[in-house]
Amino acid sequence: MKSAVIVFPGSNRERDVARALELVSGREPALLWHADTGLPAGTDLVVLPGGFSYGDYLRCGAIAAQAPIMEAVRNHAGRGGLVVGICNGFQILCEAGLLPGVLLRNSGLRFICRDVHLRIERSDTPFTRGYNAGQVIRVPVAHGEGNYFAHPATISRLESEGRVLFRYTAPDGSLDPRHNVNGASNAIAGVLSEKLNVLGLMPHPENHVDPAVGSTDGRGLFAGLVAHFAAAA
Amino acid sequence: MKARVTVTLKTGVLDPQGKAIEGALAELGVTGVASVRQGKVFDIELDAADVGRAQETLEEAAEKLLANTIIENYRVEVLE
Repeated sequence: MKSAVIVFPGSNRERDVARALELVSGREPALLWHADTGLPAGTDLVVLPGGFSYGDYLRCGAIAAQAPIMEAVRNHAGRGGLVVGICNGFQILCEAGLLPGVLLRNSGLRFICRDVHLRIERSDTPFTRGYNAGQVIRVPVAHGEGNYFAHPATISRLESEGRVLFRYTAPDGSLDPRHNVNGASNAIAGVLSEKLNVLGLMPHPENHVDPAVGSTDGRGLFAGLVAHFAAAA
Repeated sequence: MKARVTVTLKTGVLDPQGKAIEGALAELGVTGVASVRQGKVFDIELDAADVGRAQETLEEAAEKLLANTIIENYRVEVLE
């Protein structure tokens, strides 16, 4: 799996993602600067990492969504290429129009930095083939604006098309408002694009890939992607 | 030419910051405040000489960047 991680001014999770990708795929990803205009030939996966691109000025991800490299990301997605946006990367994908909706300020107003439980809603996507549908994983979140919002009509469409991939739940996988940490619509933690090839999620699976940190629950996402491309080859 | 773009949250969109300000005003003893919604104001200097062209530029700026029309409304004004 040949991957590329996009670095914007203010990104700060690019090394975490690069490390996770290398650990699981055995191949170091290319790190691309926001001002670059193309992806390396044969790129399978593009990752937009977390952080505070452009200091979150105007709206989270709004300025990064207009960066030169985004044209290449858009073309890659348009060809059916896989794209993952994590945290600020998710905000950027929404602002760029590659995913529907927007991430609002957390309903409790506070920045939240802790582990959460996510239910995997389906396992038949390249992003979740490393998991079972209904499985609950524990991964960290670290955000102030992760409250997913879209028009009610958009939310119902996402639900009916199976495009909600991750949801905040209790440890047993049940829906519980107390575990919907940021107040997201329908406890949505991750959504897919219409063609299911672009994923945005607020939590950080890349931080739970090493037993040294106490959990490897995030590994499945990267392992699933590796398996996807190995099967396709 | 001076212009102003005002961006406000659409009705129904949760505004926790506005709510916090509302609460703070009540605590300060500022009475009679029914609700607060927080928005943004952009004061912009334009090169354009005619108002029509200026309006177009402002609309473009608002649509492309200043507002996220999923959650926000905007209003453009040419001031002088």
